[in-house]
Amino acid sequence: MQFGIFGVGDIAPDPSTGIPRSEAQRIQDTIRIAKAADELGLDVFAVGEHHNPPFVASSPPALLGYLAAETKQILLSTSITLITTNDPVKIAEDYAFVQHLACGRLDLMLGRGNTVPVYPWFGQDIRNGVPLALENYNLLHRLWREDVVDWEGRFRTPLQGFTATPRPLDGVPPFVWHGAIRTPEIAEQAAFHGNGYFANHILAPNFHFKPLVDFYRQRFQDYGHGRAQDAIVGLGGQAFIARKSQEAYSRFRPYFESYPMFQGTSLEQVATGTPLSVGSPQEVIDKTLTFQEGFGDYQRQLWALDLGSMPVEVVLEQVELLATEVVPVLRKEMGSRRAPGVPDAPTHASLVEAAGGSREARPRPNRGDNTSGAVPYLDAA
Amino acid sequence: MNLVPPLVPPAFRLAVVSAGVSEPSTTRMLADRAARAVVTRLPGTDVHVVELAPIAADIARGLVSGLLAGPVQEAVELLAAADAVIVSTPVYKAGISGLFKTFIDVLDNDLLIAKPVLLAATAGSARHAMVVDDHLRPLFAYLRAIPVPTSLFAAPEDWAAAETSQRIDRAAAELAALMTSGVGRDIADGGWSAYQHTFGGNATRSTRTPSGINLDTDLMRLARGEP
Repeated sequence: MQFGIFGVGDIAPDPSTGIPRSEAQRIQDTIRIAKAADELGLDVFAVGEHHNPPFVASSPPALLGYLAAETKQILLSTSITLITTNDPVKIAEDYAFVQHLACGRLDLMLGRGNTVPVYPWFGQDIRNGVPLALENYNLLHRLWREDVVDWEGRFRTPLQGFTATPRPLDGVPPFVWHGAIRTPEIAEQAAFHGNGYFANHILAPNFHFKPLVDFYRQRFQDYGHGRAQDAIVGLGGQAFIARKSQEAYSRFRPYFESYPMFQGTSLEQVATGTPLSVGSPQEVIDKTLTFQEGFGDYQRQLWALDLGSMPVEVVLEQVELLATEVVPVLRKEMGSRRAPGVPDAPTHASLVEAAGGSREARPRPNRGDNTSGAVPYLDAA
Repeated sequence: MNLVPPLVPPAFRLAVVSAGVSEPSTTRMLADRAARAVVTRLPGTDVHVVELAPIAADIARGLVSGLLAGPVQEAVELLAAADAVIVSTPVYKAGISGLFKTFIDVLDNDLLIAKPVLLAATAGSARHAMVVDDHLRPLFAYLRAIPVPTSLFAAPEDWAAAETSQRIDRAAAELAALMTSGVGRDIADGGWSAYQHTFGGNATRSTRTPSGINLDTDLMRLARGEP
């Protein structure tokens, strides 16, 4: 079981001063949070992608590339990478490159994105969101597995004899999670490939997405990847932790109430009705255990901790409480409740092993294209 | 000795939605009279009334946050389970009540597909008489419900008019006819997959289990990488 944190690089006014952080400050704060998570032994740090203020997270590969050098053990991931408006060719190249920089400590989560104008800014249309996501992933999947790709689709310019470089580290692509909360087609795609399925069920009623997770599990089994209970499931969550429940509520309330996304709600309603956990370490532990009861054994739990309005010192304290008081107990508890044989989420090492060993991609001399003559790598027949 | 079991008429479920805010409310009275007229025709019908005023804040919060509080969710489930619905709204500022519209706005688009609905409105002046047909009828057309041909409207003077009772009776007869015919169920059952749905939605027939998902679509084939 992997435990980690995820964010989207948002910026909101500090409720005590009314002043938002600068973008420069937000970027440095995010780096501090990631390094703290690494040092404190959390398993995953994931960062999202947005292309409009008040978000700074336009370039996850750049941030993750830097973090690859600055961190020791933590798995770097995305929450999410836009599979709709990014060119799948560029996704293949960028994330394979970061995978090398991180020595395999990288996977990614793909999502559609729900900011309408981002689609036209990148030459797309949100009404095509689902087919765009499906088709783009189909291409990405091949680019990471076939040295030379001929491809033609509905949305992107065709490819003839294209090789995405660098080839994935050790010949093994980064593991992919498909994030979706209301689209059975995305769950079907995840199940078909034996990829992970991430239900970011924050901001929705508890267990609202369980039918979709069940569908993914069933289809994972139908496609012969394992038993339904072995399917690779990740869940989102959100937490604010303090020694005592009352203290958690009173300290979190100003950040919650001033945060634009939560307007019109009450902290009590959201904390009761959604996966948001506000309380003592034990209360956060108890609530998270209900996820396992409700969704079945799963492989990855990510929490959103760094609300854009929260000073970095508060977030760092949250990361420490999570890593030292919550996660160790959950590791033990969830482990002991886990059904026998349920696998962990794949890692680079496990994927290399499953592939029967690693591959070194040594390119042949440049021919200007890959459409004629021998294959572009020495080891490929 | 009677060997034939007594004939039990099918028990219908009738949901009544009232957006009236006064006590007593003529909006509620109009809905109640229509409901009684339906029960007279179909004895044994279960009538469940949803008053929007007491849950107004929850409805507004539901619209903004996307989270439906308990009482709103219960109202949605009543509508989903109903064989027919009576809706009744006051006219404010020459239109239907914002509270009523907000409640409709938080419903899933497919919640009321082919559901027989009796439309009713009250106003302070007969000049607003067309609101029920100009505002409510297109709204329920959008929801693909089946509004009955006769709409109800009551201005102050109508409460003294015999025609009001006749009109209520006529509208109730229309609703009862649709309920007993089962035409709504036939349409929804027969053509359910042809309508657009939200996975895990609130409608009675919405897909909530993995087995209900249609795998034989172009998008599903694309998901599997099939040409």
